[in-house]
Amino acid sequence: MTRGGFLLRSLAPFLVALPILWLAQRSAPADVTIVLISLGVNVILAVSLNVVNGFAGQFSIGHAAFMAVGAYTAAEITVALREVQIAGLPVEMSDAVVFAAALGAGMLLAAVAGLIVGVPSLRLRGDYLAMVTLGFGEIIRVVIENTKFLGGATGISGLPPYTTIVWTGLGVVATVVMARRLEASTQGRALLAIREDEVAAEAMGVDTVGWKVRAFVISAAFAGLAGGLLVHKIQICTPRMFTFVKSMEVVVMVVLGGMGSISGSIVAATVLTLALEWLRGLDQYRMVIYSLLLIVLMLTRPEGLFGTREAWDLLPRWLGGRRADGRAP
Amino acid sequence: MTELLQHLVNGTSLGTIYALIALGYTMVYGVLKLINFAHGDVYMVGAFAGYYVASALGVQERPTLGKAVLVFVGAMAITGLLGFLIERLAYRPLRARPRLTALITAIGVSFLLEYGFQLPSFRTQAANLEGALRGWGVAVPAWLSALFARLPAEFPPGPTPRFFPEPFERVDWTVLGGVHVSNYDVVSLLVAIGFMVALQLIVFRTRFGTAMRAVSFDARTAGLMGIPVNRIISGTFVLGSVLAGVAALLVAGSRPRIDPIMGLMPGLKAFVAAVFGGIGSVPGAMVGGLALGLGEEMVAGYTSSSFRDGIAFAMLILVLLVRPEGLFGRVTVEKV
Repeated sequence: MTRGGFLLRSLAPFLVALPILWLAQRSAPADVTIVLISLGVNVILAVSLNVVNGFAGQFSIGHAAFMAVGAYTAAEITVALREVQIAGLPVEMSDAVVFAAALGAGMLLAAVAGLIVGVPSLRLRGDYLAMVTLGFGEIIRVVIENTKFLGGATGISGLPPYTTIVWTGLGVVATVVMARRLEASTQGRALLAIREDEVAAEAMGVDTVGWKVRAFVISAAFAGLAGGLLVHKIQICTPRMFTFVKSMEVVVMVVLGGMGSISGSIVAATVLTLALEWLRGLDQYRMVIYSLLLIVLMLTRPEGLFGTREAWDLLPRWLGGRRADGRAP
Repeated sequence: MTELLQHLVNGTSLGTIYALIALGYTMVYGVLKLINFAHGDVYMVGAFAGYYVASALGVQERPTLGKAVLVFVGAMAITGLLGFLIERLAYRPLRARPRLTALITAIGVSFLLEYGFQLPSFRTQAANLEGALRGWGVAVPAWLSALFARLPAEFPPGPTPRFFPEPFERVDWTVLGGVHVSNYDVVSLLVAIGFMVALQLIVFRTRFGTAMRAVSFDARTAGLMGIPVNRIISGTFVLGSVLAGVAALLVAGSRPRIDPIMGLMPGLKAFVAAVFGGIGSVPGAMVGGLALGLGEEMVAGYTSSSFRDGIAFAMLILVLLVRPEGLFGRVTVEKV
């Protein structure tokens, strides 16, 4: 790929998104802002989980744990540095630098956690992995709950409210660009090969464990980003936010949208987030509805809304649609 | 020395429970190559089934041995039926599909049981619905209200824990100069061993067991040889679920607090035990369960009890890194 292509594909989305996000931030009232931010966080989670569950076909159900690692790391940093003012910068700029550094650190530690969990578990075939990620997810949460430094069961409160629509939107764009670029790259092809047939991929010289671990680490890092963004909006960070229920929500989004479809994940995350917003009164039925949704979906349409296709593939050809027939590109 | 003996006693009684649950995982994996995610929740349902049967019989007021046996039989029947239904409705339609599909369904079933049991009782739900309808100005017909009032007021149990009634009086003995053993430990150990011996006989000495092993070895060929594969798989699910129900009742005897998510941790740990022993191997599940129970008890006893839940996962990582096929597992080469 030429350098121009790289700039166009990786940087242009940010440049296009930035003014739109800025306008949205200026004009959105407070309640809409909260919904949009939680929507953005869910899109980041769903798209990043799709890298593991959809592209590589490895079924992980412990996404919330990596989210927790990112959230706690970012929260510790911003709380520790909240009085610090970087010399020579205006207050907002200094805060933005601190927040960016905190989010980055959160992503990094979440990636490390992903590596620690991924290396032993990804040697296994898919069905063990689900159980193991579930177990690790719980362990990470229990460790956090029992660590004094991280506030124990009550967590950390009084975080600075740094997260805005612009931050969240840039996170979404970064996640989607990452997923799109990954899918189209050599690495992405290796992952798709693993998903389609692991034995064949290995026979063709694909380092299956290596690629799976890398996908897992990338996915964990973006889950950490989502965690960091979320806690700096609601200004509190407790272990109860990162239970199974959260992991399960993300899994439902990915499965509903179609494992392997980025736009499917985005659509499913949007639909589910908005539906939950409208059905606030039925909170106790939420998990029951999710689990029924999963079972019915698997029995009737296991490929989800989009399968492995993308929304833009369905466009007519003169608009850039590819009319993919549901197979890996 | 006394301390060590005490840990051995506790570890064995814990280990037999894990072994009973692990047997369900391992048998189902053997015939279907599916990790039955909902198995830990079948265990939870077993505890609640026993609780409901016991309250219907009035065990709390006048416990007798006959009632205790009835509670056992009732809970076993209910979990067996549940296992049958799960397989028939959720897993069988997906058997020809990719394994991931069945796995996601299994997760769905597991969460449905866990969170379905946390809902308020049907009568409360109906009352809420009635209130909401009235709020929207919809009149509820009298026959519907009457029907609502007859819905069970105790099921689903909701998130608050229940306490299992004692089926017989607890007697504590002190043996060997300081080791505490209760009659519950003894009964639980004997029952667990009895069921494991029975299972061993079923698997290795009966026509059903032979058929089960044949299906586990190669389901297609077994079908061609005239073995009713569907019926064998159903039977395996029923057998595994019954054992989970037994395990739940044995635990409820000494730890009477039961709640809808009680199956989660024992389910995960029993899965670890099954993997440790070699998933798909019946003796492996028993050895794995005992090893996990003893290991947990020793670690909790000699270091800190907050490591108790960690030991299972440490064991899992170790096994997966060193010998992924487990102690008794066959090394399988994936063929195309």
